[in-house]
Amino acid sequence: MKPAPFEYHAPSTVEEALALLTRYDGDAKLLAGGQSLVPLLNFRLSRPAALVDLNRIPALAGIREADGHLAFGAMTRQRAIEFSPVVARRLPLLTEATRWVGHLPIRSRGTIGGSLAHADPSAEYPAVLTALEGEVTVRGPRGERVVRAADLFETYLTTTLAADEILVEVRLPVMPEGAGYAFEEFSRRHGDFAIIGIAAMVVRQGERCTMARLATAGAGPVPVRLRAAEEVLERDGLGAAAIAAAGRRAAESVQPDSDLHASADYRRHLTGVLTERALTRAVARTKAR
Amino acid sequence: MAERVTVRLTVNGAAREGTCPPRKLLVDFLREDLALTGTHVGCEHGICGACTVLVNGEAARSCLMLAVQADGASLQTIEGLMTDGVPHPLQTAFRDHHGLQCGFCTPGMLMTALDLLRVKPEPTEADIREGLSAVLCRCTGYHGIIEAVRAAAPLLRVG
Repeated sequence: MKPAPFEYHAPSTVEEALALLTRYDGDAKLLAGGQSLVPLLNFRLSRPAALVDLNRIPALAGIREADGHLAFGAMTRQRAIEFSPVVARRLPLLTEATRWVGHLPIRSRGTIGGSLAHADPSAEYPAVLTALEGEVTVRGPRGERVVRAADLFETYLTTTLAADEILVEVRLPVMPEGAGYAFEEFSRRHGDFAIIGIAAMVVRQGERCTMARLATAGAGPVPVRLRAAEEVLERDGLGAAAIAAAGRRAAESVQPDSDLHASADYRRHLTGVLTERALTRAVARTKAR
Repeated sequence: MAERVTVRLTVNGAAREGTCPPRKLLVDFLREDLALTGTHVGCEHGICGACTVLVNGEAARSCLMLAVQADGASLQTIEGLMTDGVPHPLQTAFRDHHGLQCGFCTPGMLMTALDLLRVKPEPTEADIREGLSAVLCRCTGYHGIIEAVRAAAPLLRVG
């Protein structure tokens, strides 16, 4: 047996799960898809007194379309998102990003809420949430609150959620009609953690770019919204020169760290290159309105 | 810790039951409690894919699930691939195309390939390469494995 002993609870409602978190007062961990937490348990890097397994709470899974958003129950599996026709139609950027999340057997278990709450800076979903200005609903003993993407990620593996709160829903605004999009990523092998990933969406009206959205994975402790690069496109359009300029601005906007996978300089270089590639593919996919 | 949980599940069509501590991983439960040692334990943290089984029809790492989480689930393991002593077409293809050498990754490779071919019945070579990158093989160099999956795809579409 690899994990250290823990008490195991599998509540059937969010209320029960919240009561357990309060009871253990910071010593319990929430178990979602387990694709990041169980390795930590197996290595005994994490030794919680209790696990609160969210997999038996049916209300936490599912995708629904509501007033300009797609709402994902936190326990919606990445695999369900990958093959969802409504996601492919309304949020094709999310469909494309999902194919970069680990491998299919990982996506069978991994969840959207778990990925966001784990807040690995090289993960794809935090970048997409940031680029599309999504938000999450969080429930705790003091009630429910909504946290915007920009306010969710604090630093490496850390969100602004309190230990007694549960991320219950993820909401992403549906992409505008005709928007172009691309998710670009570089890793040593497909399925490895991203060295850099770029989520891109652009909306074109004639020669003008009416909306550009860019965010990174792997370029620092939290996803970075590349506003300076977006502004270049919204000012200068979507031609090759503007895209190249946006790539340069993107590289200037990030402060990545060095680790054993890549140096900071290399990550900054990749941020520029992948921004250009993502924008080139995104623009080719736009349909003028 | 004295706490033990009862796990009831279906494995390869048969109802099975065991009791274990909640911290027991599914792969260890399969091997130690149910004596199904065909599923291999490799890295124990979700990287190598040797322990891949089908959980309710979908490939998953059995080292990243607790046995208690599989309570009520339907599993398929490598032991469930053969029918009446006849190897599954995917197994035959692995033999014919030299898709294995030491055999350590093979159970995970086969279960991963089975899931892949259900999701993509007509895979391109790129699909196969990407799909099988989920499992690490350190002997074959993958060429035989890719050939085997490519050869098995049309047979599985018929079946």
